[in-house]
Amino acid sequence: MRKYLLKRIFYLFLTLFIVATATFFLMKLMPGTPLQNEAKLTPSERAAILAQYGLDKPVWLQYFIYIGGIFKGSLGLSFQFSDQAVSYLIGSRMGPSMQLGGQALVVGIIFGIILGAIGAIRKDTWADRLATILSILGIAVPSFVLAILLQYYLGLKTGWFPVAGWEGFAYTILPTLALAASPLAETARFIRTDMVDVLSSDYIELARAKGLSKFGIVYHHALRNSLIPMVTLIGPLAAALMTGSMVVENIFSVPGIGEQFVKSILVNDYPTIMGVTIFYSALLCLLLLLTDIVYGIIDPRIRLSGNGD
Amino acid sequence: MKNPENIIEVRDLEINFHTYAGEVKAIRDVSFDLRKGETLAIVGESGSGKSVTTRSLMGLLAPNAEIKKGSIMFHGEDIIKKSEKDMQHIRGKDIAMIFQDPMTSLDPTMRIGMQIAEPLMKHKGLKKKEAIAQALEMLKLVGITDPEGRINDYPYQFSGGMRQRIVIAIALVCYPEVLIADEPTTALDVTIQAQILDLMKDLQNRIDTSIIFITHDLGVVAGMADRVAVMYAGKIVEYGTVDEIFFNPQHPYTWGLLNSMPTLDTASGSLRAIPGTPPDLLDPPVGDAFAARSDYAMKIDTEKEPPFFKVSDTHYAATWLLHPDAPKVTPPAEIVRRQKKFAAMQKPKAPISNSDSKE
Repeated sequence: MRKYLLKRIFYLFLTLFIVATATFFLMKLMPGTPLQNEAKLTPSERAAILAQYGLDKPVWLQYFIYIGGIFKGSLGLSFQFSDQAVSYLIGSRMGPSMQLGGQALVVGIIFGIILGAIGAIRKDTWADRLATILSILGIAVPSFVLAILLQYYLGLKTGWFPVAGWEGFAYTILPTLALAASPLAETARFIRTDMVDVLSSDYIELARAKGLSKFGIVYHHALRNSLIPMVTLIGPLAAALMTGSMVVENIFSVPGIGEQFVKSILVNDYPTIMGVTIFYSALLCLLLLLTDIVYGIIDPRIRLSGNGD
Repeated sequence: MKNPENIIEVRDLEINFHTYAGEVKAIRDVSFDLRKGETLAIVGESGSGKSVTTRSLMGLLAPNAEIKKGSIMFHGEDIIKKSEKDMQHIRGKDIAMIFQDPMTSLDPTMRIGMQIAEPLMKHKGLKKKEAIAQALEMLKLVGITDPEGRINDYPYQFSGGMRQRIVIAIALVCYPEVLIADEPTTALDVTIQAQILDLMKDLQNRIDTSIIFITHDLGVVAGMADRVAVMYAGKIVEYGTVDEIFFNPQHPYTWGLLNSMPTLDTASGSLRAIPGTPPDLLDPPVGDAFAARSDYAMKIDTEKEPPFFKVSDTHYAATWLLHPDAPKVTPPAEIVRRQKKFAAMQKPKAPISNSDSKE
């Protein structure tokens, strides 16, 4: 286990290094410079600014300087916000992103489990079909489409929820819903398939033979056993939420990392783009590693008791 | 109830399964009784309907099953007419069940103590603490060593034989009147089989429960059962006491079953088998369903269904061979040997009286 863990952590850093490298060069290929909106500058002023930020050096040298900075623990300074540290920028904007992501994950998983369980218990009935249609829609419709629909109908038309902004819990509801759709759908599909399997197993038959009620069987026996494989799903779901949140945060003007990311790309704020990318990648890799570790802890029990020895 | 000793009376039971291929007539006109304290074995090959019959007693039939006809009387009430909610109060309390594969019949994520305690909390309204305490007693009763130390273990920490003991503990924890054991030893090693059978017999005496024992293993039946019902193609073809079925069988199917049972003095190296396969129950044959596979089939066997002929007060068989007009046939050598033994066993006893007390 220890060896496995060390290996995985090594791969994690390797992955981050590759991501950083690829992003750096891709970013340099983007059209424009950080200065494109300041066209009135004289050539000498321009050169001075470029030199100040080290942008006059060859790209490969810039790359080594940047990577060297990372090894020293610095993500550099932002171009657009008068030399604020990128790490500070990320830190100060993490709150809203984490809140949205967390809320969406909780809402998605809880309602996904309910929807999936209904589908499995009422297999091949209208309720099951409705649950299936809802989950297919949830997977197929991108979060930004849903975000705009929600914003238009529940925000603008009815006025039930604020259209955009970040001034309290009410402002989190629409973006949470938009973000929750996809994990909800994924969870529902997953739980349904899994629970159909579990419900036809021998120990459910035994639970019925004990005289337990339908609800008792689902709650005490079926749910718990269907939830274990869910552990593998939570990592990727959280990852999907992070990438999804970029656009959704923009649509609802949520002052989160995702919004910051999109803005940075638009103005070629190189250090911020790099910093956020590395931050996202690190978060994703950590989540996946965590998932694998948790599953590794649960797995032997499933193997032993599921297939016999 | 016709007979106060009967706990369960099944009459004219017919169960069909709706499938894409059509209606499978899984149970065709089955009647039997279960008496207090006895062990009734239901014997037959796969697909003969033995499991379906017992699941109907529990109200645990698959959703595509339909009970076409008949009644299952338990305490003077017809189980078939009961709602799911009423059945939940019978299941696990009055009628309990043990399943075939102990490796998969326990919930892998629940501690065994809780799994045993569950029926007590449901049926006796016990608090969790009291129920767990009784579960501990039950673990002792079924012979789990160090029950205090193991009550909080999960199923994967037990061997197959131990798990079947736990399944038995779950089934018996409410002291049910009827225990249905659906091939409880099929998945176990032979040595463990014997231990489990001994345990079941021991507990039957202590708890005073009646057992319906489903199996295809006649060797198990001989040691366990008081009475035996032989099923074929969804019907009971012969029933009697265990001695009558083993030593004086009358139906050619029972002959075939006993004949294919290897014994220590099976002379030749090869095993005997019943030729052919069971009939398709989508469209069961007219007459005696076993006729196509029987060396003793007569013309009438393919035309008319045989009724039960009485062999003794306790022994009935549905074969035309028992009709007074039927020609005398000689059963397979092994069966003749058994019948001779039976005749020798009967001699010291008084001749069978002709009282008309019916089954």
